[in-house]
Amino acid sequence: MPLDMELEAVLRPMQYPMPPYPPKVITLANGKKMVVRQAKREDVPAILKSVHPCIFIERDYYDIVSARLYGELLAWKRYRVKSEFCLIGQVDGYLVGVVNSRMENEKVGMSYHTLAIDRGLRIGSHLFAAKMEYHMEYLNQEEVLIVAESPIGFRRWMIEYPLEKTNIPHELGGGDSYRLTREIYFKAKPRLVVGDRPVPPDLLAEAEAEIKFADDDTIRERIAGLKGR
Amino acid sequence: MRDVAIIGVGMIPFGRRDEDSLLDMLAYASLKALDDAGLGDKSVSAVYVGNMGAGIIQHQTSIASALVDRLSLLPAAADVVENGPASGASAIKNGLLAVASGYYDYVLVAGGEKMREITGWRATDFVATMTHPQVEYPYGITLPGMAGMFTRLYMEKYGVTREMLLAVTLKNQEMGALNPYAHVEMSLDREGIFDSPHAVVNNPVAADPLHLYDLCPVSDGAAAVVLCPLEMAKKLSKPPVLIAGFGQATDTHTLQERDDPTDLKAVTLAAQQAFEMAKMKPSDIDVAELHDAFTILEIAESEHVGFFKKGEGGKAALAGKTRLGGPLPINVSGGLKARGHPVGATGVAQVVDIVWQLRHELPENRQVKNARTGFTINFGGFGNNIVSFVLKRVEL
Repeated sequence: MPLDMELEAVLRPMQYPMPPYPPKVITLANGKKMVVRQAKREDVPAILKSVHPCIFIERDYYDIVSARLYGELLAWKRYRVKSEFCLIGQVDGYLVGVVNSRMENEKVGMSYHTLAIDRGLRIGSHLFAAKMEYHMEYLNQEEVLIVAESPIGFRRWMIEYPLEKTNIPHELGGGDSYRLTREIYFKAKPRLVVGDRPVPPDLLAEAEAEIKFADDDTIRERIAGLKGR
Repeated sequence: MRDVAIIGVGMIPFGRRDEDSLLDMLAYASLKALDDAGLGDKSVSAVYVGNMGAGIIQHQTSIASALVDRLSLLPAAADVVENGPASGASAIKNGLLAVASGYYDYVLVAGGEKMREITGWRATDFVATMTHPQVEYPYGITLPGMAGMFTRLYMEKYGVTREMLLAVTLKNQEMGALNPYAHVEMSLDREGIFDSPHAVVNNPVAADPLHLYDLCPVSDGAAAVVLCPLEMAKKLSKPPVLIAGFGQATDTHTLQERDDPTDLKAVTLAAQQAFEMAKMKPSDIDVAELHDAFTILEIAESEHVGFFKKGEGGKAALAGKTRLGGPLPINVSGGLKARGHPVGATGVAQVVDIVWQLRHELPENRQVKNARTGFTINFGGFGNNIVSFVLKRVEL
């Protein structure tokens, strides 16, 4: 059934203008180059192919994070969430991580999820940092509200930055929000936010040409296998 | 005293083994070792289990008794040996003495630890329980913290540089990437962890001047060996490996009480005892597994046991002398850095890796050519309880 655009205009939330996130490239510990770039709505089906198998992995709360991320990306694709954005990490074209977030209002960001599809290379840290970089340096927001669903997330965000505890509820539920302020962000930036711009054209072209995805078993092994770190 | 040989070895891949209990892991490794020994209808008379933390982490004690029952080895004698991160080698030493004395003929020694069921900071706290309960632990000292201070002093005194530590990291990770038993089965790249400005995130400071990749991972794992008198071993099919020498020495509990905190006296003494018993010298060794819980320890131990002069170990690592194919390959398994460090398992795993080397059973890309002699150091506390072995291939 074709969309009733008159009704859609009512159902779709308003969107704050968002300047684009300029892509960057990060050298990982194994020497591979990870391109971090902003996903487009039409990228969502390809991204979901890698998120889907993670929904069935209980280790380290991957199931909760992935199921929620899956729904949030669908909601973004179909215009049912306000001012959401999604950044992705790709190595040799393969999707290795996804982060998403949204603007609650012009001053406050609402961090959603961080999913590392390959582990042991600090991909989650790099992508979370990119998400905060977007909030602070391109959307020019005053603060971002953040919660963690896993102990690993708590260590990476709340402790490593370190974030400021608030009594503000987060829209994901769970514990009270922690807050990244501009002061905290710029203090943490030298040790947590890296990446080179511009991305060499060949690397960017490879990333943009296709979002490749590993098969389900490979993803499961990387995340929850014996060597999963 | 009888000569004692290793006739069977077994190990399970180290890593994060959520599905296996500690007892499962010990049983798997033990079964592999017993199978490898090919004892037929003979059974072991005693079982020694090296473990540091089951009482704390799993809230389980008497695991040697549980293992004997699990393996249907009743009524074999069973003992747990706890000596911090040197528990594994201490357990082998106890098995060795039992066989050498003539009291038992066939002995199983297993080492295991399950550390990944607690968070990283609780694992760090658990390991720190071996520090002094009045003058170290209450002040928040951790083993990485001690290693950081030790490294700083060692750098100042002997000119060790970050480039030398990096050489150890890259070498051991390169070898770990080839070892299916290694927890971190992954090569690292110099640019990614050192040269690039992005290394600040990839390889952050953990305990200055040590960085993340100077430290071993926290792992689950188990390994086992079967011992018997050399004369009996000669009747079996595989080439026995003689425990030609062993040594054990202790040092002050606290680092602050040592005249020179960079002097690992117990390492030197344990190695000297092992070499003396074996009637060998450091230059006779073909391959060594040293306790590189921190990269600095591989360098410091290589000097204290006599492979290199003081101040030369780091240079040797940098020059590639300790790589596979070099004059003295060290930690060809990937060491604790890559294989992982389930504390109670490590000392046994080191011996298992050396036995594989001496039997020439490893693939070409991991095998030290024509290896006849091997050496291990298992490092307890921060150098306050060291166990060392010299192993020798026996030609039948």
